[in-house]
Amino acid sequence: MSAVMNDETKKTLIDPLVNNNPITLQVLGICSALAVTSQMSTSLIMAVALTAVTACSSAAISSIRNHIPSSIRIIVQMTIIASLVIVVDQILKAFAYEISKQLSVFVGLIITNCIVMGRAEAYAMKNPPMASFIDGIGNGLGYSLILIIVAFFRELLGSGKLLGIDVFTLTKDGGWYDPNGLMLLPPSAFFIIGIIIWVFRQWKPEQNEAADFKIMAIAHGEGGHH
Amino acid sequence: MEAYISLFIKAVFIENLALAFFLGMCTFLAVSKKISTAIGLGIAVMVVQTITVPVNNIIYHTLLKEDALSWMGITGVDLSFLALLSCIGMIAALVQMLEMILDKFFPALYHALGVFLPLITVNCAILGGSLFMIERDYDFTQSVVYGIGSGFGWALAITVMAGVREKLKYSDIPKGLEGLGITFISAGLMSLGFMAFSGIQL
Repeated sequence: MSAVMNDETKKTLIDPLVNNNPITLQVLGICSALAVTSQMSTSLIMAVALTAVTACSSAAISSIRNHIPSSIRIIVQMTIIASLVIVVDQILKAFAYEISKQLSVFVGLIITNCIVMGRAEAYAMKNPPMASFIDGIGNGLGYSLILIIVAFFRELLGSGKLLGIDVFTLTKDGGWYDPNGLMLLPPSAFFIIGIIIWVFRQWKPEQNEAADFKIMAIAHGEGGHH
Repeated sequence: MEAYISLFIKAVFIENLALAFFLGMCTFLAVSKKISTAIGLGIAVMVVQTITVPVNNIIYHTLLKEDALSWMGITGVDLSFLALLSCIGMIAALVQMLEMILDKFFPALYHALGVFLPLITVNCAILGGSLFMIERDYDFTQSVVYGIGSGFGWALAITVMAGVREKLKYSDIPKGLEGLGITFISAGLMSLGFMAFSGIQL
């Protein structure tokens, strides 16, 4: 294993967690993710499903990368990804029916999740299968990290539970915690991700975006037109 | 008729694809820096959505649904697990065809919308629309109304977002929050605004 786990591999695996996180830095895969984060259990399943699909599709695409004509590569990639997602969808329906009902269309939407396509296009088309597989796992984990942080706050503050187990006793059950209903609604996910991005960028200032332009202070001598 | 109007209003405001289901977020955040480009993309999404949802509806009901093949004399076949593959294939093919048709017959429109069309294939809002149509079991007319409504809702959201971001350029934002961070937070505030429609009973 030590031969496989050299520095390069480690970098491919660890980098997407914070330094090059798919959500906070590459702005990929925000689409379907946020809607499932009102509970820890659904987001964990979603995270595992996405990581599996990204890793497997990257490996599959990379192993046939020299045989795909570039004009039809998008369709080929889509077909591979869609087939893997169908497998995941069927597995969920068979073994975790309740959760698959809650996730509703969002499992299917892994197909158009930009992380999967983005990694296929940016990494798997240029690198060997093993490295692409690791890259897929790394990016999947980066996505999972954000998903789990968001779900942690939303479920804890919104319903006082974690993974369905009471952590804060609610006032209606005679406890002290008054649940914040906003946390269960879609907007809270936007706020939490915005704050996560802020924290990441305070921690790693090199991730700050360069301003599009600077507002120039008007020099006093130039006000001659009035 | 009333049912269709209420379906339309619901698709535009209450169940806005961008702000209530976070669909098409990647393009929503990436292409909302200028109002003019946002309107272009919005119209493209609306056109594609209006075509793909009904077409996927026809395919699903004549080929994939449980026992849908009985008109060919085949019974007991349930191909609905293929819906994902057929939807995305259909969307990719339709977008490609639309691009060719526009290029051939409406060059002006092609120049305005052409750059956005490839982006649309991987836009979750389009696939999401078709999947919601299947999940909620809409019939053909409902799917046409839903396609137009959800596309319009998305276009509305991205245009408003672009308007907000154009003004945001002039505000003094904390360093780490500039760019993506503040965009998320303003999208959240807009989403809160749209939540206000959710109490409406139609």
